[in-house]
Amino acid sequence: MSDELRAAVAAGVLGAEEEHRMLLQSVVEVARAIFAARASSVFLLDEDADELVFEAVSGEGAESLIGQRIPSSTGIAGWVLVTRQPLVLEDVANDPRFARDVAESTGYVPQGLMCVPLLHEEKALGILNVLDRASQFTLEEMELLGLFANQAAIALDLLQRARRAQAVLAETGDSAEALARVAALLEGESGDAGRKLLGALEDLLRPQT
Amino acid sequence: MSSRPVPAWSMPAGRAQDLQLPVEWPAQLTREWAWGDSTGKDVRVCILDSGIEAGHPLVGDLEQAVAVTVVEGDEVEISEDKEGDLCGHGTACAGILRSLAPDCKLSSVRVLGAGFTGSGPALLGGLRWAVEQGFDVINMSLSTTKRQFAGILHELADAAYFRKTVLVASAHNMPVESYPWRFSSVISVGSHEEPDPLAYYYNPNPPVEFFARGVDVEVAWLAGGTIRCTGNSFATPHMSGICALVLGKHRELTPFQLKSVLYLTAGNVGGGR
Repeated sequence: MSDELRAAVAAGVLGAEEEHRMLLQSVVEVARAIFAARASSVFLLDEDADELVFEAVSGEGAESLIGQRIPSSTGIAGWVLVTRQPLVLEDVANDPRFARDVAESTGYVPQGLMCVPLLHEEKALGILNVLDRASQFTLEEMELLGLFANQAAIALDLLQRARRAQAVLAETGDSAEALARVAALLEGESGDAGRKLLGALEDLLRPQT
Repeated sequence: MSSRPVPAWSMPAGRAQDLQLPVEWPAQLTREWAWGDSTGKDVRVCILDSGIEAGHPLVGDLEQAVAVTVVEGDEVEISEDKEGDLCGHGTACAGILRSLAPDCKLSSVRVLGAGFTGSGPALLGGLRWAVEQGFDVINMSLSTTKRQFAGILHELADAAYFRKTVLVASAHNMPVESYPWRFSSVISVGSHEEPDPLAYYYNPNPPVEFFARGVDVEVAWLAGGTIRCTGNSFATPHMSGICALVLGKHRELTPFQLKSVLYLTAGNVGGGR
């Protein structure tokens, strides 16, 4: 990759993760509002560790849950992820193992749970949960949940792409990131002087032929 | 049965009388003919899922329970399942089946617990094993979106079909391509919202073929308990249970004939008469 291209990519990547995280956060907040639920969350699959990681939470247990991990192929979440099938469960507190595991990790045991896989192209990226909604469940809600899951899957895919790009840039060293930060400051009229200075610097550094 | 079987690949002239069906097909097919008085006795049903909690009051005893583990790469090993249900879902399916066909023989193939990356090979390995065992009905409330598995799944679904094993698979209710429910050799199932466990409908707009009860169903769950749940994965064992009832009365039916019986007895076709 040329320095110019690397700098351009870096400029695109810097801050992208934060924006995509906000998009994911907005998905769980809207899901919670639409279903009048007590909480909603998105888990990302960490395939190397075979675990699901809390990426976004709205409502009960928010913030403290981000980054917490659960197994990716057991329990209700694991079943949904592995089988690619959505589930709606009521009275989950009757399930002693679920109640104990959830209580230990979140401190909040829901009564009802909607859990849907986040599928993007062929991949299963994670799951979306909606906890303790107010209304009686209907198949129309399942359709709505599916639409939401699509949106969340796209947001999750963008987040993962941004992270991968950031990892690639990190491997190329600090210079690309420093250049990207400078490039980000050159927007608009106030960047005129900076752009001239950068042009002069480029002339100075370019090898003489 | 004819004493002169017709060759498998062709029918020579004048041999039509040798293509006798082992069961007399009635002029008007009713639910009474299809499964009246049947309890699904001795029909062997396999539930490919998260495992089953044996001895649950709504499930009872199992004929067999095995677990699929990935040993290396895509290689899998089938061994006796000593852990039971890792989620609750398989127990739920077993309870639904038992409620419809109380005398069927239930077996469990656990494909959950092999890790996410091992889930594809475990699913294929578990299905291959189940087809080889010659079960009458295999209940699959699961699917995969990976196209690399589609070809092998298709072959397994056809192999089951030709061996007279009925594969009943959950349809996806999200706009994604997944398998094996989309194959025409399986019976694919979506949900309706009615509370009658014997109410089912034929869908004239494929790929989903039948709708069965799948909303707010009280099901068996872990630790001898019950919960209420919704999803196509619960509609599927309802259809499997009805298949077990029909096969309990008419063991000779091929998957094609069984699907025809289901069509003719569906609520929007001739069901109830």
